[in-house]
Amino acid sequence: MFARAKARGSGGLSAQAKACGSFRIAILLVLTGMVLLAPTGSVAWATDDAVTAEQQIGVTGAAPPGGLLEPILFYAVAMTTVIAALGVCIAKNIVRMAVWLFIALGSVAMLYFLLAADFLGAIQLIVYVGGTLILLIFGVMLTSKSPWVRFEPPKLELIGAAVVCGALLVALCVVLYSAVWPETEGVVPGVSVADLGRRLLTTYLVPFEVAGVLLMIVMVGAAHLARQEK
Amino acid sequence: MTQFSVPWLPRPERGNYGFPAKAVVAAIVLLVVAAVFYWVTNTFLGGRPVAMLLLVAAPILVAIMAAAAAFAVSTWRAWGPILFKTAPFLLIGAVIASCVCVWAANALFEWAREDLVAAAANDPGATTWFNGPLTLDEIVSASPALLPAWISPLIWPLQFPLFRDVVSMTTLIIFFTIVPVFVIWWERKVAGRIQSRLGPMRVGGWHGWAQSPADGIKLVLKEDLVPKEADRILFRLAPYFAIIPAAAAYMALPFGVTYVFRDLDIALVFILALLGIGVVAVIVAGWASNNKWSIYGAMREACQMVSYEIPMGMALLVPVLCVGSLSLREIGEAQAEGWFSWLAFSNPFAFIAFVSYFIASLASCKRAPFDLPEAESELVAGFLTEYSGFRWALFFFAEYAAMFVICGLAVILFLGGWHSPLPASWGAAWGDGILARGLKGVLFSGPIWFVLKGTFFLYVQLWLRWTLPRIRIDQVLYACIQVLLPLTMILVLGSTLWVWAGMSESGAWTVFDRIVTWVLGVVGMIFALGLPAIAAYGFYHRRRLVGSLVIDPLPGS
Repeated sequence: MFARAKARGSGGLSAQAKACGSFRIAILLVLTGMVLLAPTGSVAWATDDAVTAEQQIGVTGAAPPGGLLEPILFYAVAMTTVIAALGVCIAKNIVRMAVWLFIALGSVAMLYFLLAADFLGAIQLIVYVGGTLILLIFGVMLTSKSPWVRFEPPKLELIGAAVVCGALLVALCVVLYSAVWPETEGVVPGVSVADLGRRLLTTYLVPFEVAGVLLMIVMVGAAHLARQEK
Repeated sequence: MTQFSVPWLPRPERGNYGFPAKAVVAAIVLLVVAAVFYWVTNTFLGGRPVAMLLLVAAPILVAIMAAAAAFAVSTWRAWGPILFKTAPFLLIGAVIASCVCVWAANALFEWAREDLVAAAANDPGATTWFNGPLTLDEIVSASPALLPAWISPLIWPLQFPLFRDVVSMTTLIIFFTIVPVFVIWWERKVAGRIQSRLGPMRVGGWHGWAQSPADGIKLVLKEDLVPKEADRILFRLAPYFAIIPAAAAYMALPFGVTYVFRDLDIALVFILALLGIGVVAVIVAGWASNNKWSIYGAMREACQMVSYEIPMGMALLVPVLCVGSLSLREIGEAQAEGWFSWLAFSNPFAFIAFVSYFIASLASCKRAPFDLPEAESELVAGFLTEYSGFRWALFFFAEYAAMFVICGLAVILFLGGWHSPLPASWGAAWGDGILARGLKGVLFSGPIWFVLKGTFFLYVQLWLRWTLPRIRIDQVLYACIQVLLPLTMILVLGSTLWVWAGMSESGAWTVFDRIVTWVLGVVGMIFALGLPAIAAYGFYHRRRLVGSLVIDPLPGS
């Protein structure tokens, strides 16, 4: 994929590139609309500041007051995610794409924090944002010779991508609108890390270890491939 | 300091009172507005506290500030010199006063909370402490024995989580700002002393105390340059990538049991994740600058960071293993019983883990001897080469703030956190009164101990920076992959076995564990007392030490 990236001056875009850009914008506008029209039941799960304070001091029984801050934050972060995801698709420069991806994944982590899934949020920051870091490094290494390298896939790839993305969009919409969302009253009990760890080492031990072995194989394979070039 | 001229304030000439006159007029107008609003709120809104606060108190406050500013500017000639003479004391006083204010707010909250929560629970009315605003009368009647009537307006805003958050966030931002300003001046002084110089001596007065603020003003006033061939957006974005994670890390960093903005269950993972994100800023800055020195700096930072995160995380696993929690509050609270309960002395592996964590953390916040990304002697200024002005300053703010976070983590995880070397149980009999609480907060456990210990390790970082030479990139990677990584793996394994052996609760093991802890504690004590003693000896004999460094004259001179 990266091999096709070709150097070009920083001048205007070609007609083809403009067409591709608008095509991608169209796809992503649909995605944006989907996110914004999505059932907003999830907003009610998030804990309020007051609830956090209550949990801290162990006062229970009171229903959380509906704060105005929280929907505002939710929509702000969701918009950031969508705009950054748009940016990933529209950007023509690999490093910029990686930075947009970084912002998008970071906002997803923020959404997790907003939904009181602290552990998931922190892990999202470490794993995905850290992964983006590596992507960024690759981008830098590939483009450091001429910083204006542009990434323009041929039309065939675009069509393929559009088909796959459209199928995914339909599938996600179906799932989103047919799923029964659990609704809880009051404070959502947080998942403790200790509980999570215990489950990983008892109930889900085999999948956990299999995933570990898989990663190990991948690493050994990568090292082997890297050593081949002599 | 004989002449004072401050460019951003007008020097009032005789008869030129333009600004003060305007300020006085504005103050009068604001007071009139406040009076009108007072009448309106009382008549139509029933004297609601929020309306009062917004419509009446705010204009009055602004009016007072305007009048004070007017007075200050018109009498600048008179008080300017006095201010400059006393400024260090005023600054220190302001810092101490803000600490006292935060402490007072926290103490007030702690003190009033239990009574009022209980009162609110008994109250059949709809309002509860957290679930709707209590009125002033309700607060007074909730606990008449405890609360004098005059204190209820002070407690009233504390019932709003937003208000408490604003207070603690303001404190954190002030701390976040003061740390770099102070440490940069201090670093220059330490560097000067280590190199037999004086360091900054002129700006301000006493030992160049105003050097950092002056630098800050200079940086703000500098031209904001973006190279023509740079990626403008990313170039401008990069400093924010640096500063946001560093600032956000303070969110979960506890300064005391209750002195934490958000007490996360996974605070340690959260802070590590945020510290790891900081690298992105360096890489983006280096790439966007479109400069080969910047790119070199960025790539060095990338490989250094990616490799040192592993030993750092492994070393941090050791105290987590010993306590069995990822919450920094719980880890800190597990070390309440004085010097010998601190986790660094709990077993030999933890002791070594502390040292290896400190080394890895130096690398992860790119301090010397691991400051390859901005190696001045090779790469101009590394990833910072093209930056100037406030963007450059933001990178340094982030770096120094992250330094304190890293020292704070070391202190919480290994060295007792906010507890003093004295066991907290000594103060158990003192009761729970406000005076006893204050005394215990100073003597046994309180934010002051956390800040003191953190500052000490900041000093160690400065000290190392000006003592050790920078190492080469291959040495950096060798030290990580072939030394620190296997070492920390052994430490995690050994510590696990140690904790496992402790779980058997056999008598012989307990005795052995106690002896090891005492030996390690004594070793630690020798270090803790010996290092400052050596430093004090060197400082006391600095003239003699300088004298011994006389260089022979060059041949022919």
